[in-house]
Amino acid sequence: MEMISIWIAAILTLGIFSFLYKDNPLYKACEALFVGVSAAYWAIVFYFDNIYKKFYEGAVTADEPDYFLWIGAILGLLFLTRLIPKIGWVSRWPMALIVGATAGLWMVGYFVSNAMNQIGSTISGIIVYDTATGFVAWGETFGSLVILVGVLSGLVYFFFSKEHKGVFGATAKVGTWFLMVTFGASFGYTVMSRMSLLIGRVDFLLGDWLGILR
Amino acid sequence: MKRQLPLILVFVFGTLMVIQYFVPHENSEIVKGFLLDWIVIIGIFALALGLWSLVQVSVAKINSRKENWEYPLVTLISLTVMIFFGFTSHAENASWWGYFLAITVFLVALWMFLQGFMGQAANRNMKLLGGLGLLIVFSLLAIFDNSWEFKFYTAEGLTNQMFVHFFDYIMIPLQATMFALLAFFITSASYRAFRARNLLATLLLISALIVMLRFTPGPWGEYLAKTSAWVMNVPNLAAQRAIVIGIGLGIVATALKVILGIERGYMGKG
Repeated sequence: MEMISIWIAAILTLGIFSFLYKDNPLYKACEALFVGVSAAYWAIVFYFDNIYKKFYEGAVTADEPDYFLWIGAILGLLFLTRLIPKIGWVSRWPMALIVGATAGLWMVGYFVSNAMNQIGSTISGIIVYDTATGFVAWGETFGSLVILVGVLSGLVYFFFSKEHKGVFGATAKVGTWFLMVTFGASFGYTVMSRMSLLIGRVDFLLGDWLGILR
Repeated sequence: MKRQLPLILVFVFGTLMVIQYFVPHENSEIVKGFLLDWIVIIGIFALALGLWSLVQVSVAKINSRKENWEYPLVTLISLTVMIFFGFTSHAENASWWGYFLAITVFLVALWMFLQGFMGQAANRNMKLLGGLGLLIVFSLLAIFDNSWEFKFYTAEGLTNQMFVHFFDYIMIPLQATMFALLAFFITSASYRAFRARNLLATLLLISALIVMLRFTPGPWGEYLAKTSAWVMNVPNLAAQRAIVIGIGLGIVATALKVILGIERGYMGKG
């Protein structure tokens, strides 16, 4: 069984790599297979996590059933009215709950985590002291100042309500330097992560499948 | 009713979530917990809608017999088989023949039903009748074959040997290879992007090179690793923070528009 599975995995791996030559039926079949298998996998995982563990075990089989969970299930069923065009508008009610609650949750959550906390981390503790000696740690302090300049100039670059001219334009230009360093770092990081995945697949083909690498 | 009630619901639930953040009371946490549980439960029904949409699109493509109609068939079969594995368990050391026969009968019955409901008008009743007959055969197999059984209300399906095998030897290799394939295209893209034509392109090139070479062995290895750590933790962090702050403010503005009913795209038309 294990051997057959490894052969199937190897054929599928080669099928995806065959796209490097050109788009072909084997690649398309692998792609279609991936869509089906992954959609089913996530459906099953979400079913067991949400419907079975959260709803069934919480509202049906629990010693003290949580009857409020039934409201969620009923709203979920209302969502399916989308399949019946005549009463499809009813599906807007559960959708409104999701959209409203998520908007409220995110509005405060993201404001705190993305805006306030980031601003706080940027402007607090700019001068860093060495805990052992008590003197100013010049390297870390320089880093904090660079971060302060980078955040301010980056924000200025993203402010499009004022024309980028004069001091404002020069600051925005400094912002683009920082942004390019970030894009370069992200790009390099992505290249390396893809390379490690490629090494992993080649390792599987040469090691697990062909047994050349031990 | 059709458009006003959803707007009111969005406003009420949105405001409720904002208020609960500023009211650190046990009841406020309970309300938040309920809302989050409901969202999660509703989400699975949304996923069911998505699956139905995938089935509809695939069946339409197959029935039209246009170019590449065979591939949606592969999608449908793999989808059904994987779902079948997820909701069943197979007895240890029992024969697999009955299990695979049941899957085949189930697939053909499902196909006949789909054709009966979505296919052309001709022979529709015959197809539905055939599907029903096969479904009865499938039910008999499910009742009398002791080698496998349905597991809707225990998570045993997740540990089904075939389900695990499909995940380990089909889904994971395909997913990993899809992303590994990008290594070739990203290399080609980086050849074009990393040309030192001006100051900005040079900064992009240098920072990318430093990050890519950080694990290089040799006398420069340690120096490159330290420089890479500084690039990631200082200038990269600074620009990331500017981007994150921008995103945070954008989310706040969009959420406010949604709660106040200015943004209504989620309701669709009609």
